[in-house]
Amino acid sequence: MGSLNVNLCGIELSNPVIPASGTFGYGYEYAELYDINELGTFSFKGTTKDPRFGNPTPRIAECTAGMINAVGLQNPGVEKVIAEELPKLKACFHKPVMANVSGFAVEDYAYTCAKLDKEEQVGWLEVNVSCPNVHGGGMSFGTQPEAAAEVTRAVKAVTTKPVIIKLSPNVTDIVSIAKACEDAGADGISLINTMLGMRINLRTRKPIIANTMGGFSGPAIFPVAVRMVYQVAKAVNIPVVGMGGVSSAEDVIEMMLAGATAVEVGAANLVNPYICRDIVRDLPAVMAKYGINNLNEIIGGVK
Amino acid sequence: MKQSIFQILSNTALTDSVYKMVLSGDTSDITAAGQFVNLQLEGMFLRRPISVCDYDGETLTIVYKVVGKGTEAMSRMVPGVKLDILTGLGNGYDLTLAGDKPVLLGGGVGVPPMYNLAKKLITLGKEVTVILGFNTRSEIFYEEEFKALGCKVIVATADGSYGVKGFATTPLAVIDYTYFYTCGPEPMLKAVYKATNTSGQMSFEERMGCGFGACMGCSCKTLTGYKRICKDGPVMKKEEILWEA
Repeated sequence: MGSLNVNLCGIELSNPVIPASGTFGYGYEYAELYDINELGTFSFKGTTKDPRFGNPTPRIAECTAGMINAVGLQNPGVEKVIAEELPKLKACFHKPVMANVSGFAVEDYAYTCAKLDKEEQVGWLEVNVSCPNVHGGGMSFGTQPEAAAEVTRAVKAVTTKPVIIKLSPNVTDIVSIAKACEDAGADGISLINTMLGMRINLRTRKPIIANTMGGFSGPAIFPVAVRMVYQVAKAVNIPVVGMGGVSSAEDVIEMMLAGATAVEVGAANLVNPYICRDIVRDLPAVMAKYGINNLNEIIGGVK
Repeated sequence: MKQSIFQILSNTALTDSVYKMVLSGDTSDITAAGQFVNLQLEGMFLRRPISVCDYDGETLTIVYKVVGKGTEAMSRMVPGVKLDILTGLGNGYDLTLAGDKPVLLGGGVGVPPMYNLAKKLITLGKEVTVILGFNTRSEIFYEEEFKALGCKVIVATADGSYGVKGFATTPLAVIDYTYFYTCGPEPMLKAVYKATNTSGQMSFEERMGCGFGACMGCSCKTLTGYKRICKDGPVMKKEEILWEA
């Protein structure tokens, strides 16, 4: 059987499959279903300095081959995450976890990351400068190279853990933003966050999402994600974590060929809660089918 | 929660837009009246959350209204078709608070979860009154089924075409009850909240992503904190409900 191991920013992963933030909570809902230690790691629910309820409902709208969400970073705030969620996570997951962090000011990011830096189980900090569902923050940092770099520098100053900056696809030139983050000291780049989308109810003529717009995800965005991962991976010298519509072992391999060192799976978890486990189990056969002995051989291997 | 494959045994129309589907499969994770299941439908990305009307060791009964393309597709399914279903979702109703004479209020497509609840309460020896609220006579379903369980059944129609003229809350003034259980559209739940003089439980509806507590798509604020309709609900106690403007 071929090797599934990859190394993400200095930390070994037993396989490259990572449930994406916001689709996996803090892990324990899924741990009721299967042993989540089968996963490489997972990125926990986006955490902010202060508690947040998020946006009004409806927050979810179905689309062809995907969905829109406008949750708006609901989370109990970093103090409660550390005090209440991480102990529950630790009880069911025994590997380094990826801590996903968001903020509304550069100081918020630094504050939250400094707190999480002290948590032993946190392996990586995935810094979300790309949430489309909050105003005056989130994505606004991820749409300007200098702002993304400023967040990167502020976070790097408070942690020794690898910092992965999660980028938005809702920009003119994602490569320039990725390079700005790399120059500012980022240890990795993850992409893509959701694409800004909207649906309208024909009966009421109102947007289905209470917040009008939301983040579009699911298989429909996979080709866009592959393209952006390809562009960014060619331009930077740090690892890239690919995501966007991934829902099969074949998708994982395609994403790795485009340049991803590891691959996150988002919306697919909400439809099939076993999907990440199934992808891990499917990978060896799919690797064999395509003549792959070691996943590291195919990273960025598109001809 | 359990993911398993069910097979449709029957799928019949109860009214112009309401259908009853009986499926065979593994129901072992369904533990309470008021829980729901989440059905995967071919060609549609998200699952469809539907309340459990009734269940036993081998079969699951759902009663659903055609409101969109998912339920429309379901209405055309024939016996033998297999469906991937997540079962055992949601908290369900707490029967221990019912007292001797609980009243159950179901409005429209909020009627189905009242059925297994009534069945369980009757088994516990309770004197159960069921009030079924519909817009008009042609929309009525399950009146005979509730009667067959041994419940006292009152039907209310908004246009007065059958039974009591008014809403599900209208008959409350003339009956004696110890506790209430309800499911229906939100305006009805608000009316029940105001019209009842006892404690009770109500089941809420919201657009869901996952249906099992992972995505925070269906969160609501309550007097006891933020709750996920799918995982911490859909049933809430009257005392914890916070109505937002």
